[in-house]
Amino acid sequence: MNLETPKKFRGLVTQAHQVAAHYFRPISRKYDKAEHAYPQELDLLAALLDGMNAGSPDAIGATSASKRGAALELAPGNKNGGNLSALLGVMELCWGDVGLLLAMPRQGLGNAAIAAVANDEQLQRFAGSWSAMAITEPGCGSDSAAIRTTAIKDGDHYVLNGEKIFVTSGERADSVVVWATLDKALGRAAIKSFVVEQGTPGMSIARLEKKLGIKASDTAAISFVDCRVPAANLLGNPEIDVQKGFAGVMETFDNTRPLVAGMAIGVAKAALDRTRELLKKHCKLDYAKPLFSVTHAEATLYRLEAEWEAARLLTMKAAWMADNKLPNSKEASIAKAKAGRLANQMTLKCVELAGALGYGEDELLEKWARDSKILDIFEGTQQIQLLIVARRLLGKSSSELK
Amino acid sequence: MKLDVQGRALAVLNRLAQADWPDRLKLRKPFEKLIFRGSRASFRLAASRAAKGSRSPRPLDPDALFDLSLSDEQQMLVEMLDSFAAEVLRPAAHDADAAAAMPAALLAQAQELGLTFYGVSEQHGGMAGARTTLTNALIAEALAKGDLSLAAALLVPLSAANCMRRWASAEQQARWLPAFVGEQAAPLTAIAVSEPTVMFDPLRLTTRAKRKAGHYLLTGEKCLVLRGLEASQLIVAAQTKQGPALFLLDANSAGIERRAEPAMGLKATGTARLVLNKVKVPAENRLAAEHFNYQSFLDHAALAWCALAVGTAQAALDYVIPYCNERLAFGEPISHRQGVAFMVADLAIEVDAMRLMVWRACARAEQGLPFQREAYLARLLCGEKAMQIGTDAVQLLGGHGFTKEHPVERWYRDLRGVAIMAGGLQL
Repeated sequence: MNLETPKKFRGLVTQAHQVAAHYFRPISRKYDKAEHAYPQELDLLAALLDGMNAGSPDAIGATSASKRGAALELAPGNKNGGNLSALLGVMELCWGDVGLLLAMPRQGLGNAAIAAVANDEQLQRFAGSWSAMAITEPGCGSDSAAIRTTAIKDGDHYVLNGEKIFVTSGERADSVVVWATLDKALGRAAIKSFVVEQGTPGMSIARLEKKLGIKASDTAAISFVDCRVPAANLLGNPEIDVQKGFAGVMETFDNTRPLVAGMAIGVAKAALDRTRELLKKHCKLDYAKPLFSVTHAEATLYRLEAEWEAARLLTMKAAWMADNKLPNSKEASIAKAKAGRLANQMTLKCVELAGALGYGEDELLEKWARDSKILDIFEGTQQIQLLIVARRLLGKSSSELK
Repeated sequence: MKLDVQGRALAVLNRLAQADWPDRLKLRKPFEKLIFRGSRASFRLAASRAAKGSRSPRPLDPDALFDLSLSDEQQMLVEMLDSFAAEVLRPAAHDADAAAAMPAALLAQAQELGLTFYGVSEQHGGMAGARTTLTNALIAEALAKGDLSLAAALLVPLSAANCMRRWASAEQQARWLPAFVGEQAAPLTAIAVSEPTVMFDPLRLTTRAKRKAGHYLLTGEKCLVLRGLEASQLIVAAQTKQGPALFLLDANSAGIERRAEPAMGLKATGTARLVLNKVKVPAENRLAAEHFNYQSFLDHAALAWCALAVGTAQAALDYVIPYCNERLAFGEPISHRQGVAFMVADLAIEVDAMRLMVWRACARAEQGLPFQREAYLARLLCGEKAMQIGTDAVQLLGGHGFTKEHPVERWYRDLRGVAIMAGGLQL
């Protein structure tokens, strides 16, 4: 039993922290103000990351979480691999800025999906390209099985029709991984994902959303009208397997939910660190006095720190399980549920603790309190995570526990 | 005197072999497996140490990976104690709570389990090795799945052994510890830290120890001492000129008044109030480990309560799941309602959160890393979440949860103690 961050990842953590502190933070407010402006500073950083990732088995970023590394399979016993390293990197980078991390080229969920379910030919073809993910529709959010965008086979193409919203980097990415159904009557099993390249006729950006937070990251609405996509761009198995069809699509989430939890942990830590810094003359934390004999501000800081540590450990556990090929669907949802709500509560509480200073735009605390809200919503809302956890615990199907 | 490793295991096995209850409860096989594995592990350890010719604790592995898995021995121990908790503790818990006492049969069974072996180092005939803190936490967690109060009571002897192993001098250990691995039960030793004041801070004790020539005079009042009435020895925390210290006392010394002090819960532990009036204690009974650290003593105690809270919170989760699935309302199980299901999910999330906080603090402690912060945060989280879980478990059972037909009202009362109890136990 050892629950410390292993030494082999310390270099990575330090590097990611440097990027967060010296690259993200200085431009954090700038792109919070300039919504829809592309943070061009990210291009250089992305190139740097690509280079680092190419040379290291323990890479930072979206694709490493689901890396199907052959080397990892060989040795028996406890493993610390791509899921943990990606998580540690994400935590640090989001201590810098969640919006900027989400806007990073080639680090999107689409890339994670491709890394998780693409075949070798597709992996090669889409290598080095930037892919966004389009799941949500105006009439379907968490209920992804109710997707209405259709994909009809026509020769060696699929024809896509429908509307997608909340597509992170949907306009900036080279391609979008679109979830569509081959047959609405067959439910979840008929849902497949397709890589649609930017500029494909029939695909158009309808608008860019104006948001509460993570403004550096663009959110697009995209419409598909008779959009023809090569059949070779369907990710995974084209057959409709009623037994496990949807499970394949959902596998991506077991690997990415801990990463979103990691984002929450990163931004929460940023708020905690800054608040402690601001309050240091007023709060002395010695980890010895009973909670009832310290000041309210001190007790609040202790409580936030305890909740934060708990969320962090739950998330490390989910990633560790993925690295060790243990089924972690429940644990991934536990991590996401705990970290998502913690980050939101914690960043809001930190604004309160810092008072007028925290509420004003001279500090980043108010920004983090806006950024954090999305982390309890996307990749499955708090309520969806609780449903997943409860169904597992109670042994209920989605038709019994709705 | 050092017992032979196999001889040590045989001594435990022999005690179990003479008892008939492991057969009745189908626990014979797990016990034998455990003893076998335990002795094998000790043997391997002893052999490797003999080869190195060194008795220094295992150094921290600088390349250690993040690892949540238990060792084979720990896994086996947990499985055995899980069965013990389910088959022996749970059925006895209701009556023990009502009687505010441990049944005699249970005391005998617990003695046969030989748990105190895990508190005594190999040098003095026990099994406590390099990774003892977590193993002790796992023991507490597993027992508390049966019942928090009974588990706390059963941990008193192990806690005393841990306390002596960790905070007594080598000479004192040689004097006191062999009794904990003997044929007969060691003198029951209760640990007294809490004092009956509001805003009690264990770092600001009002119990005083005044040095007078070759002895100390202890004066003060201690409350909620687990098994305080039955104990024949006491370990008492008192303020000295050099700061807080621990003293081993004969419980029947002149100047000690003891009385039962019933509380909201923890009934089976027989909580007691002690009044000490100039109690004379020989100076050589002040626990005098070279690295005596009162804060660390408190932290090891807090973690013991946390581990108990984790086990009982897990028991509450395991109890409400079938209940919510079986209880019908409006024609279907209440678990089909989000208002119910989400409470269950939150319960599971926080149980796991508590467990990881406790395990991390214990893993740091046994690796020789600083763990005061981790223990403090674990105690904070466990104190709050355990009570939330206790109250939610009663809520989920509704009116039935409010009655003594179900264990949840007992856990509700017991779990209130987690944030309050200081000292008393020791991992």
